[in-house]
Amino acid sequence: MKLITAKEAAEKVLSKEPLFILDVRNQDAFGDWKIEGFHIEHLNVPYFDLIEGVEEIVDKIPKDKDLLVVCAKQGSSEMVAEMLDEAGFEDVLVLQGGMRAWSEYLKPVKIGDLSNGGSIYQFVRVGKGCLSYFIESDGEALIVDSSRSVDSYIGFAKEKNITIKHVVDTHLHADHISGGRLLREKTEAVYHLPPKDAEEVQFAYEPLEEGKDLQVGGATVRVQSIYSPGHTIGSTSLIVDDKYLLTGDTLFVESIGRPDLAGKAGDWADNLRNTLYNTYEQLNDELIVLPAHFSNTSELGDNGAVQAKLGDLFEKNDGLNMDEETFRKAVSENLPPQPNAYQEIRQTNMGKISPEANEQSEMEIGPNRCAIHG
Amino acid sequence: MNSDKVLDAKGLACPMPIVKTKKAINELNVGDVLEVHATDKGAKADLRAWAKSGGHDLLQDTEEDGVLKFWIKKG
Repeated sequence: MKLITAKEAAEKVLSKEPLFILDVRNQDAFGDWKIEGFHIEHLNVPYFDLIEGVEEIVDKIPKDKDLLVVCAKQGSSEMVAEMLDEAGFEDVLVLQGGMRAWSEYLKPVKIGDLSNGGSIYQFVRVGKGCLSYFIESDGEALIVDSSRSVDSYIGFAKEKNITIKHVVDTHLHADHISGGRLLREKTEAVYHLPPKDAEEVQFAYEPLEEGKDLQVGGATVRVQSIYSPGHTIGSTSLIVDDKYLLTGDTLFVESIGRPDLAGKAGDWADNLRNTLYNTYEQLNDELIVLPAHFSNTSELGDNGAVQAKLGDLFEKNDGLNMDEETFRKAVSENLPPQPNAYQEIRQTNMGKISPEANEQSEMEIGPNRCAIHG
Repeated sequence: MNSDKVLDAKGLACPMPIVKTKKAINELNVGDVLEVHATDKGAKADLRAWAKSGGHDLLQDTEEDGVLKFWIKKG
């Protein structure tokens, strides 16, 4: 039996290696959310059905593929892996930290260079489908839609000798706990939030507003704010270096944002329509869309990054190709279930409640569920 | 709620609460009620699913000051 980290597991998944996953969580947890990838085969048998032995499953596990056993936190998968080991399976892998660690792992992928030097990186939270951004130039960085595991960004900055100057949330998140305040504490970065999403927040912040550009690295990179309400009333997109469009949860590669997570689907459907079909429509087709989420592994490119040209999305993304009636229905009827604990997550992001770190990771379990697929 | 036996699984991490519950219930008679105390949050969904698959009845569960309590009737 061998423990592998979430990082090593993510490398296996993204490199499209064939992998057999024995998931020993209960069936509801498995049905809700699992490790997904290109050549992954799953078997779900809860660990509590295997306490007496693994005889009933040994014939269902192929011996010619890597075998990874996963559970919620690690303990149960170790128990099962030991039994498999005794039953003659060699090199059984166990996911260290379980699905909790899988949910939190961030993989940095370089998206491209910026015109006056510097570059932009996407931090892919493979397990949860969250995407955040690290924009650096001339020794300074701006982070967009930070995850809670801020040590990933801080370590990355340290390695490159970069100071984190700004952290921006494109909107008040409902699916994950923002690392914004934690980054501000640990790095003295300025924390920017759209004021219309921040009316109830319990802490001081810098308003993120259209017309007020941000600069990274002296004045080498311009970050322009575009008010783009719909997913939330404050949602604001960023254009970086006239080349990249950071859409937050407004527009994804294969889907669009949902307008209901603050309980106001009907009210915000028109805002969302206007943002997607007017505001974005008037932007340069060559802009590269960098969203805050992905839902399916089909959205991951060859290097594991999620991106697409705005012009291509106007051709291919169903959410950008609906008449008004269909659109209204799509964003207000038969919506997918909300993200796990989304109300508590919003309260946490507003500073109204302060759960312990352990509780925070429980709250974030599961997929992001911020998208509507047409 | 009355119980025939109390199992203290506080402080134990998954899979131990269920391993111990299973052992404890094996020692009871059909119809007896086992009371389990645990602190591992994951125990909640797992005990419910385990009881269902084993034909036992989860009569009640509560949560107070971080301690989860379950009453399971052996089926």
